[in-house]
Amino acid sequence: MFTFLWRRLLQGLATLLTSSFLMYLLVSVSIRPLQDLEESTARNKAQLIAARRQILDLDTPVVMRYVKWLGNAVTGDLGTAWRSGQAVNDKLGGAMLSTLQLVGAATILAILFGVAVGIISALRQYSAFDYLITFVSFLLYSLPAFWVAVLLKQWGAIGFNTFLADPVQSWTSILVAGVVLGLLWSLAMGGAWQRRLLTFVLALIATVGVLFYLWASDWWSSPNLGPVLIAVVGIAVAFGVTTLSTGLRHRRSLYSALTVVALGLALYTPLQYMFAYVTFNWLITIGLGFVAALSGYLVGRLWGGPDWAQSARTAAITAVIIATMIFLDRVMQVWPDFFGSQAISGRPIATVGDATPNLGGDFWVQTLDGYTHLILPTISLLLISFAGYTRYARASMLEVMGQDYIRTARAKGLSERTVVMRHGFRNSLIPLATIVPLDIVALFGGAIITEKVFGRPGMGQLFIKSLYNAEIEPIMAYLVITATLAIGANIVADLIYAALDPRIRVNA
Amino acid sequence: MSTPPTPAAHGDSPSGLPDDATDGLESSIELKQVEGLSQGQIVRSRFVRHRAAVVAMFALAFVILLAFTSVGVGPWTGWWKFTPNSTGSLTNAGGLPTMHLPTWLGGEGFAIGDHPFGQDEAGRDVFARVMRGTQTSLVVMVIVGLVSTVVGILVGAVAGYFRGRLDSWLMRFTDLIITIPVLVLGAVLGSLAGGKGGAYLLATFLGLASWTTLARLVRGDFLSLREREFVDAARVAGASDVRIIFKHMLPNSIGVIIVNQTLLMSSAILLETALSFVGLGIKYPNVSLGQLINQYQEAFATRPWLFWWPGLLIVVIALSVNFIGDGLRDAFDPRQKRIPSQRKMEKSLAARVASQVTATTRPQGDLGTGTSLGSGS
Repeated sequence: MFTFLWRRLLQGLATLLTSSFLMYLLVSVSIRPLQDLEESTARNKAQLIAARRQILDLDTPVVMRYVKWLGNAVTGDLGTAWRSGQAVNDKLGGAMLSTLQLVGAATILAILFGVAVGIISALRQYSAFDYLITFVSFLLYSLPAFWVAVLLKQWGAIGFNTFLADPVQSWTSILVAGVVLGLLWSLAMGGAWQRRLLTFVLALIATVGVLFYLWASDWWSSPNLGPVLIAVVGIAVAFGVTTLSTGLRHRRSLYSALTVVALGLALYTPLQYMFAYVTFNWLITIGLGFVAALSGYLVGRLWGGPDWAQSARTAAITAVIIATMIFLDRVMQVWPDFFGSQAISGRPIATVGDATPNLGGDFWVQTLDGYTHLILPTISLLLISFAGYTRYARASMLEVMGQDYIRTARAKGLSERTVVMRHGFRNSLIPLATIVPLDIVALFGGAIITEKVFGRPGMGQLFIKSLYNAEIEPIMAYLVITATLAIGANIVADLIYAALDPRIRVNA
Repeated sequence: MSTPPTPAAHGDSPSGLPDDATDGLESSIELKQVEGLSQGQIVRSRFVRHRAAVVAMFALAFVILLAFTSVGVGPWTGWWKFTPNSTGSLTNAGGLPTMHLPTWLGGEGFAIGDHPFGQDEAGRDVFARVMRGTQTSLVVMVIVGLVSTVVGILVGAVAGYFRGRLDSWLMRFTDLIITIPVLVLGAVLGSLAGGKGGAYLLATFLGLASWTTLARLVRGDFLSLREREFVDAARVAGASDVRIIFKHMLPNSIGVIIVNQTLLMSSAILLETALSFVGLGIKYPNVSLGQLINQYQEAFATRPWLFWWPGLLIVVIALSVNFIGDGLRDAFDPRQKRIPSQRKMEKSLAARVASQVTATTRPQGDLGTGTSLGSGS
């Protein structure tokens, strides 16, 4: 194992070196740093050109320049962008953070939704739901990312902002939303027509109820979750997670999940004080998330039983979801202040950049501001990768459900949930797990377009701008980082594959 | 931008072989269906059964015909009244489209008028511009497909057939190309392509950047094909390496190649339009759909029609190509059997039992297993 890893790392390093050399040659051929001077009519044109050639060291052969660049890069100095005079290292920090936020949010959401929808679609193969999802995923796959992004920016943002300024929903729109969601749910749940009808009616009532509640309680002007909503959603989450994770017949996990929900509610008020007095940052937030998962695990452990691990897992998942809800609740509490702020001027859903300038405010306001900037770019990235994951998940689930061991599992009388979740779902994740790292790299490339449209100062934007400005140093920094990511992702994919599927031998 | 999903690539068994040991009955029915037909005929009949793919084929043919005949190619100006760059006076105030919906759709009666897609601020006909852009995008798509097919097949076939050191070097090289996202590589190479022939140059570059998936697939196929008996037979008969590769082995992996390249072409058009949108693809004297969208995005609030049509055409082309690819995958992959719904099966079974009792009729319970996933749980 260790030798395998070592060899792959060495190979990766060699690839990186060669790739950086080739890219350096390509980039230096394709950019024209002298263009603006060559087209100028200044009298001292020749002198200016000579001066710039001097600055950019263009008289040295390309290969020698590469060696120089490499020498600096190895010691951690990625050079300076000559036009702005900024050090590339300074530029990279903020850009990387911005891109990571965007790609991270889009990837997580796309995987969650895409895999869920793809698997349901596979379980209902050749049903109306399956055809619908197939068509929708093909449609999303064929959408140009930039077109969607511009549409969202010019249309979605304006529409949503106008709605938020005066949040009035008509009964027609509520009913239409209810009927559409009801139909989707009943198609996804399937079964005999009585069951479908029941699902439809339940989903319709639930949707209309929720939308009416949001409207009646003036939720859109002061969004919040509050203890009541957290309790209701929390109990539903506890049941849902238990159903998927262990099945409701496993009483101990149901009880531990419900205990976690009660614990979360009991801690709600003390946490509000903590939010008020402790200065928050992301480190504390992530730490608290871990604490939540750990306490969920402990609750499951304390409920005991011979199979406490299952209860612990269920409780930990529930705990993380509850903690996220409490966190979101706190973020939402600053909404009225945020909305009324001078810098926002009544248009909260932003279309440019990744933070409102001169906003001020504490961690919560900044977080909320970050979210409002993330919404639209995330949606536009999400739509396309969602389609990909749906296709992958569907294909791999279909492949798995046709295997002999699924028939065996059914033959020995396991419940449908166990067959699907334990024997089907887990195995269908194997090919998916190897795609995810590679897909994240592809998303990194795709973020170029999204960042350009929404003017987010991320890596892609840095790359494009430097390409326009003919600055080789930032371009090379971007390329090296993407190449490193890609090589790393490939190694990770191989390792995951070897870990998940013992049949694959890592030839050490 | 990732390549479209190819679930067939994850299969452990070589896709060309029917599993005749496990389901003898089914494969015998399957064999009876295709008895005496050539591979082309089988594929064609399977493809025609995929309704969405057939519709997509007609849609794509319509778009191609419309784009190339309306504004013409080269010196021929086509049947449309306007050329992409000629300016004129505005017919409607603000350049509103002259196309109207029929009355039963809430319009003012169906009409096409002089400028069905409207005019831009300089009075240029948007229809003509969009058609010219469509031409460019289509040409780029085809060139990317051709170039990447040629390179991918060559690299994959040589690596898979000769194996050994050559194989490992070629695959190392492929890994090298994969480390850079195609969009990034295209952006760097795209800035090299300018001027009148820029579109062709850009397309060739993009093709040179996107052959990697095909090369890996072809190599995988060739590694298993070269162990088959017919290859040995050809070698014993004295066929040269080139002949074995192109006459004996390549036709056997044509399915994988066609399917993958079709799907690649749909992502190629998205790639080209994205690059042109950012300003690094097709440049000024040429017109492309992505470039049109970029030009007109500022005018979205005042003249949305400038923005809708190019995007819509991209979607139509990419969607059609995707569906055709899906149809081809179903047609080429013998494992992809369409199972009709339970209701249809019962109906046809009842009809068959009523008319005649044949030896191939299967018991009712067996038929149910295929669809029980949907109605179970």
